[in-house]
Amino acid sequence: MSDIRTNIDFVQTGDAEFRDYVALLKPRVMSLVVFTALVGLLVAPGSLHPIEGLAAIIFIALGAGASGALNMWWDADIDAVMKRTAKRPIPAGKVTPQEAMSLGVALSGLSVIMLWLATNALAAFLLAFTIFFYAVIYSMWLKRATPQNIVIGGAAGAFPPMIGWVAVTGSISLEACLMFMLIFMWTPPHFWALALFMKGDYHKAKVPMLTVTHGRKATRTHILVYTAALLPFALAAGFTSMGGPVYLALALVLNLIFLHGAWAIWWRDEAVAEADNYRVEKRVFRFSLYYLFVHFVAILAEGALAHLPVYAEFATKFKILEVF
Amino acid sequence: MAITREHDLHKRRSGRNIGLAVVLLAFIALVFGLTIAKVSGGNALQAFDHSYRPVLDPDNVRFQQR
Repeated sequence: MSDIRTNIDFVQTGDAEFRDYVALLKPRVMSLVVFTALVGLLVAPGSLHPIEGLAAIIFIALGAGASGALNMWWDADIDAVMKRTAKRPIPAGKVTPQEAMSLGVALSGLSVIMLWLATNALAAFLLAFTIFFYAVIYSMWLKRATPQNIVIGGAAGAFPPMIGWVAVTGSISLEACLMFMLIFMWTPPHFWALALFMKGDYHKAKVPMLTVTHGRKATRTHILVYTAALLPFALAAGFTSMGGPVYLALALVLNLIFLHGAWAIWWRDEAVAEADNYRVEKRVFRFSLYYLFVHFVAILAEGALAHLPVYAEFATKFKILEVF
Repeated sequence: MAITREHDLHKRRSGRNIGLAVVLLAFIALVFGLTIAKVSGGNALQAFDHSYRPVLDPDNVRFQQR
């Protein structure tokens, strides 16, 4: 799909170990998928049998892992030249690209069919679409074609909580959409902050990151704009059935800190950033990880607190978007 | 280097085989659990044991009361 991709023969260094196949599934990404899907599943109105819930989480994670393997198969040439990814199983010569592709395709089919059997057709369709979106739309097409790759590709990471929600309810609601938007809008500033201080890698791999195509000042502006655009979605979630005063208070503080960090990134010029080894950019990147984690913990906390009658009655006053 | 029983290749393959066995057993257990959960619908399962049991007869009042 792209003329940048070159054929590289990876030297096989020996038989792969079990952990190399696990590494193909991107376990760290899977852990985030498990966490956000679990939150979506737990806060959705209605209930699943615990084993159905467990199966749903496992197969959503497996679907995410399958798309990770397909991504590693397609992007092996890029991974080989980037320091951060050079030790992945394919460029390291542990697993052949064909093995990774086969594993990805097999696990994609298995996870979608099993999620359908465990929960419902819509959840399975969303999982299939997520895998397609990440493997084909993002990896094969956008990543090498446009500097907006991160923006659109972020959708793939945003689907898991929606799938968790749909696994229980069988339908898409405002809450599911807001959880989606929270991750979708968070992804660009998170990755662009990373791209600012990992500048050599993407340039070397000829991936059209915003830092390479539009320059670092434009990237800093984009971080600020996206962080500001994230705020209304993060706060709106607090006024739905899954929100409440605890979520709102935390979301307000977290968004103000994130916005302050994005402002600090925008305000700096390259010379200052380079002089202190991108201290602010690294700090904002680290904070963005906590930002997302705490938002989802807060959603979970609201779900738990809703069992307290006194709190539930008080929290109802905040849920003005519940009518939708 | 001669391929012996102690060769590193055997260790790697053994690790892969054990890993795959564990994954397959876990998958079987999950599908079994899922089947029980789907079939029982949250209620206790009762098997047919070749004699008439009113509690298993949908037309019987004891079935409707359970």
